Amino acid sequence: MRDFSYSRAGSLDEARQATLAPGALLLAGGTTLLDLAKCGVTEPETVIDISHLPGLDAITVDEEGITIGALARMSAVADHPGVKAALPAVTESLSLAASAQLRNMATIGGNLLQRTRCTYFRDPATFPACNKRNPGSGCSAIGGVTRNHAVLGTSEQCIASYPGDMAIALVAFDAVLDLGTRQVPVEDFFLSYADAPEKETVLQPGEMILGVKLRNTAAGMRSTYLKVRDRQSYEFAAASAAVGLEFDEDGKTIKDIRVALGGVASKPWRARAVEHALVGKVLEAETVAYAARLAMDGAVSYSDNLYKIELAPRVVTRAILTVGGLA
Amino acid sequence: MTIMEPRKHGSAADGLVGGRLSRFEGQMKVTGAATYALEYPVENLAHAVLVQSTIASGRVLLVDKAEALAAPGVLLVLTPEDDLGLMTKSDWFGNRPDNQPYAPLPREISYNGETIAAVIAESREQAVEAIKLLRITYDETPGVADLHDPKAGDGKVMDNLSVSWGDAEAALAASAVTIEAEYQTPREYHVAMEPHGLTAKWDGDQLTIWEPSQWTHAMALNYAEWFGLPPDNVRLISTFVGGGFGSKGAALAYGAVAASAARKLGRPVKLAVTRPQNFTSYGGRAATRQTIKLGATKDGVLQAIVHRGASETSVTTDYPEQTGAATPILYKVENYSSQSRVVPVNTVTPGALRGPGKNPSAFGIECAMDELASKLGMDPLELRLKNYADRDYQTGKPWSTRMLREALAQGAEAFGWSKRSHAPRSMREGRQLIGWGIGCGTFPVIQAPSAAMIRILASGRVEVVSGAIDMGQGTYTILAQTASEALGVPIDQIDVLLGDSRMPGSAIAGGSMLAGSITGAVHKTATAARDELIGLALNAPNSPFRDTGANTLSVAGGRISVTRGEGPSMSLPELMAAIGQAELEVTRNTLPDDAQGAADQNAAWTSMKRVEGPTMGEFSMHSWCAHFAEVRVDEDFGTVRVSRMVSAFDCGRLYNPKMVESQWRGGIIMGIGQALFEEGMVDGRNGRTVNNNVGDYLVPTNADIPDLQVISVGVPDLKASALGGKGVGEVGIVGVAPAIANAVFHATGKRVRDLPLTLDKLL
Repeated sequence: MRDFSYSRAGSLDEARQATLAPGALLLAGGTTLLDLAKCGVTEPETVIDISHLPGLDAITVDEEGITIGALARMSAVADHPGVKAALPAVTESLSLAASAQLRNMATIGGNLLQRTRCTYFRDPATFPACNKRNPGSGCSAIGGVTRNHAVLGTSEQCIASYPGDMAIALVAFDAVLDLGTRQVPVEDFFLSYADAPEKETVLQPGEMILGVKLRNTAAGMRSTYLKVRDRQSYEFAAASAAVGLEFDEDGKTIKDIRVALGGVASKPWRARAVEHALVGKVLEAETVAYAARLAMDGAVSYSDNLYKIELAPRVVTRAILTVGGLA
Repeated sequence: MTIMEPRKHGSAADGLVGGRLSRFEGQMKVTGAATYALEYPVENLAHAVLVQSTIASGRVLLVDKAEALAAPGVLLVLTPEDDLGLMTKSDWFGNRPDNQPYAPLPREISYNGETIAAVIAESREQAVEAIKLLRITYDETPGVADLHDPKAGDGKVMDNLSVSWGDAEAALAASAVTIEAEYQTPREYHVAMEPHGLTAKWDGDQLTIWEPSQWTHAMALNYAEWFGLPPDNVRLISTFVGGGFGSKGAALAYGAVAASAARKLGRPVKLAVTRPQNFTSYGGRAATRQTIKLGATKDGVLQAIVHRGASETSVTTDYPEQTGAATPILYKVENYSSQSRVVPVNTVTPGALRGPGKNPSAFGIECAMDELASKLGMDPLELRLKNYADRDYQTGKPWSTRMLREALAQGAEAFGWSKRSHAPRSMREGRQLIGWGIGCGTFPVIQAPSAAMIRILASGRVEVVSGAIDMGQGTYTILAQTASEALGVPIDQIDVLLGDSRMPGSAIAGGSMLAGSITGAVHKTATAARDELIGLALNAPNSPFRDTGANTLSVAGGRISVTRGEGPSMSLPELMAAIGQAELEVTRNTLPDDAQGAADQNAAWTSMKRVEGPTMGEFSMHSWCAHFAEVRVDEDFGTVRVSRMVSAFDCGRLYNPKMVESQWRGGIIMGIGQALFEEGMVDGRNGRTVNNNVGDYLVPTNADIPDLQVISVGVPDLKASALGGKGVGEVGIVGVAPAIANAVFHATGKRVRDLPLTLDKLL
C-alpha cells in the first residue's frame, strides 16, 4: 500500500478545500476506500477524514419529505421508522445491501459513490487494460467472464455495472443531492459511460455530497425494492427493481408509477419507458409483464450476462404487482 | 464401566466417551483468546508478500527488481534467479527422488497465479508497494484454460482407476429401461476462514514454523527435507487451525519461500497468503464431468452401471478427482464398468477438498438414480431401497456395518417423505415451486496408526499430549473424554496439548481418519498409564496399598481405591505424594509390534505408508448417509432456496454427538454452497480464476441455511476403529448437492446437470 497522508478535516469547508489537491480522497465509513486501496485500484496521496464532522448525519422526515445527511450510516437510515413509512423502497434497498457489519460503518454519501464490482477493474496487476482505471487502455471484461456485467448503458469502452442498491430507489423517486453549491437530481449525478467510463459522476473537486432530499409522494408510500440474487444475503443484485405506485380513485388505474433498475446497468437506471407504458392503464399482470419488457430496450449482452435481459423484466413485473396487491 | 460396552448415543451426561460436551476451546475462539499461527508474537519480524504469475503458460524471462529493492523498507526480493539451495521433499507415500533440487519460485510457468517471486520488507505494506515496482518480462506460450477449453482434449485414462465386473455394456443393451446423462462440477475451493500463511524463525540450524496444519509431523519433515536438516531440527506449531478442509496437509511452495527468506535475512519472516493468492497457492477441487448410463428392469432392478469420468489436472501432475469413487458401492449391481481420465490444463494441481472423489461421484450416481426413478415412474426412495447393496459388489466383501437402509428409513420418516407428490412441478406455494429430493453419500473408513503420551502430574492433573491437530472438529475435547474414561479421572482434571511436531506423532487430520486413530492411541496409552499407576500403588515402598494384599486397584472419579472391602482410598495427588512420584509419563502407539523402530515410527507419522484403505481387510468399511432436501424455486426468477433438510448418518459410534452433529452440519452447509453457489470462474483467455475472492466466490451465509436436522443411525463398528466410530468429517457433504439438484428437478421439472444451480440455469 502506498504511503499516504491522513488528516482529520477541521470543518466542512476545510474538507472541500482539501479535495482540490490531486490524489486527495475523503474518508467517511471507509468501506469502499479501504477495499479499493487493498486491491490496488485506489492509491490516494491524501486521505481526509470527515467521519467526525458534526451535523451531517441527521435524518429528518416531515410533511415535505425526507432529508438524509451524507454521513448518516446505512443502518441508521434502514432502521428509521419515518423513512420506512414514507419510502419503504429506500428502507428495503438499504436492508438488503451489503452485510450488517458494513451497513453499520458505511455512510449514505459513500454508498452513492461506491464503485463497480467488475473483477477486471479490481485486479490491476493481472488486467492492466481498464478504461475506468486507465482511460484508453481498453476493457478487459469484454471477452472475459461477464456474468455480473451490465447490459444497459454500456459501451465498447466499459461494461461494468453499478453495484449499489439505495441509489436505485433514489433514482426512482427523483431524489436530489445537495452538493453545497448546487442541487443535482440523482439521475443526473451519475453519468452514462459512453466514451468516458472513468468519469462516473458530475462531482467536481471541491465538491462533496452533503445530503439527499426526497419529496413525499403517494407512489413513494406505496413502494418496494425487490432484489434478486443467488445468495440470500450479502450479494450484489443479479437484477433489482425499485418501484412505486399510485392509483386513481378507482383503485386500479395507474396514476403514477416509478420504476428503476439495479444490477443490470452502468448507472442507477430509471425505466421511464415502462412508466409511460403503464400510466393510465389498469393494473393487470399481463399488461405489466408486457410493459416491463420495455425496460430492456437497447440492452446488449456479452453472453454470460444474457440471463439479465430475461430476468430484469420479471423482477420489475413482480415488484409492480407486489405493490399493486396482485402478487 | 468398560469402554467397549456401547452406550446409547448422547446418554453420557458426564465427561465420558459419548457425552455431549461443548468444545473445550470454544470460548477461547469466540473471545479471540485462541492464538492462531500468524498471531504468535515473534520479535524482529520481516514480512514477505508473494508475487504470482499473470499468465497461464510460459517462462519468466526477467524480473527486474532494481526499483523494488530501492523502495522504502525492502530487505530482499526473491525471484527465479535465486538458487535457494533446496531439495525436493518426499511425496505422500514417503518416496523421495535422490538429489533433485526444488525451486519454489519456478522459471517455467504452468498456471495463472503461480508464485514466481516474493518481496520481503520491514512491513507488509512496504512489501506490497514494492511489488508494483517489479518489472516482470514473460515469454508467453499458448495455454489450456480449463476442462472446457477446446484445446484440452480428452486427456488420458488412469488405468489404476478402471473398475469392471460382469458385462456392463451387454447388460445395459439388454435392459428394458436405460438412462444416460452427463454431469459436471466446476472448480471448487476450500475457502477456509483462516487463510494460509506462516512465520518462520531460525535459531542456528533449528527452524521453528508457526503454520496452520492438518499434519504437524509430516509438514515439519517437508521443511527438514527441503533444507537438508535432521527431522528433529524442525518444529512446526499449529495449536489452532481455522479450517483446513484438505488444504493444510502438506507444506507448500510459499512456506519454502518464507523459510528461505528468513534464513537469508537472519531474522524471522511472516508470510500471509492473501485471499486471492489462496485460490492458486494450492489446489481446490478439480472440475469434473462424468457420463453415467444405468440399465434396469421395468420394475426398477438395476442391471448395469457404466461410468466414464474425467477431471482436470495440472500440466505437471496427474491428480485425479475420482468421479467413480462412490459409483460402485452405493447399489447392488452385477454388471459394472468405470473408466476415469485426467485432462491436463494450465491450473494449479488440484487437491483434496472435503469428500474428495466421493463428492462429485455421488453427484453423478445420485442424480442418475433420480433420473432412472423418474423414467420408471417410481419413488426415488423405493428405487434406492430396491437396489440396496447387501454387500460390496466390487470386492465381494461383506460390510463391516452398513445402516444405510435405516438412514433412508429414519430420514424419510423425519422428513415426511411419504407425503411427497411424486410428479415434478406438483407442489407449490404461490410463485414458489416446492421440490423434495434424496441424495445418498458415503466415505470410506481409512485407518492409520497414532501415538500419544499421558502425563500424570503430582498435582493430580493429567496431560494428554499428541501432535494431532484440532481444526474445529473437536480433537481436544474427545481426547479428554477418552482419557477420562480410560483413566478414571474427572474430565476437569485433564489438559490436552496438541498441534506441535515435538509431541508424539499421529495420523493426518484428513480422510476422516484422525478421530478413530487418535482416540485408539489415547485409549491405549491411558489404559497403560492407569495400569502403571496401579502397579506403582501396589508395589511402591511407601504406598498405603502395598500391604493390602490386593492384586489390583480401581481408579474412579480421580481416586484410587481397593476394589472390594475396606481399605485405603486416596486422590491421585495424595498417592503421588505418598509414593514420592513427581510425575508418571507413559507413551504408546498403535503400530504393530514389528514396526516399533524409529524409522517405522517416523514413516508412520509422516507418510501414507501405514494407512489402510476400507477394503484391505476382510470387510468393506464405510460411513453412510442419506440426505433429504426441500427446495423452493421461484418460478419467475429461478432462485433456489433450501428450505429444509433432514440427514441421517451411519458413522458408527459417536465419541461426542454434539461435536459430530456440528461436523455433519458443517459438511451439509458446504454441500449447500456447492449446490447453489460455488464455482471458480475461469477467464478462457489467460486461465485465471477471476472470482478469486470471497466477494465473488460465494459461500453460504446464515440466511441460506435452514434448520438442518441430523439423525444418527449408526452402531459401534469395532472393525472400523478401536472405540467403534467411523469417520464423520468428510461424509457430511457427500450427497448433499444431488439431493438438492434432485429436489430442484422435482420442483421445476427441469434437470440441471452442472453445478452450481444458479438462477440463470432455471429461468
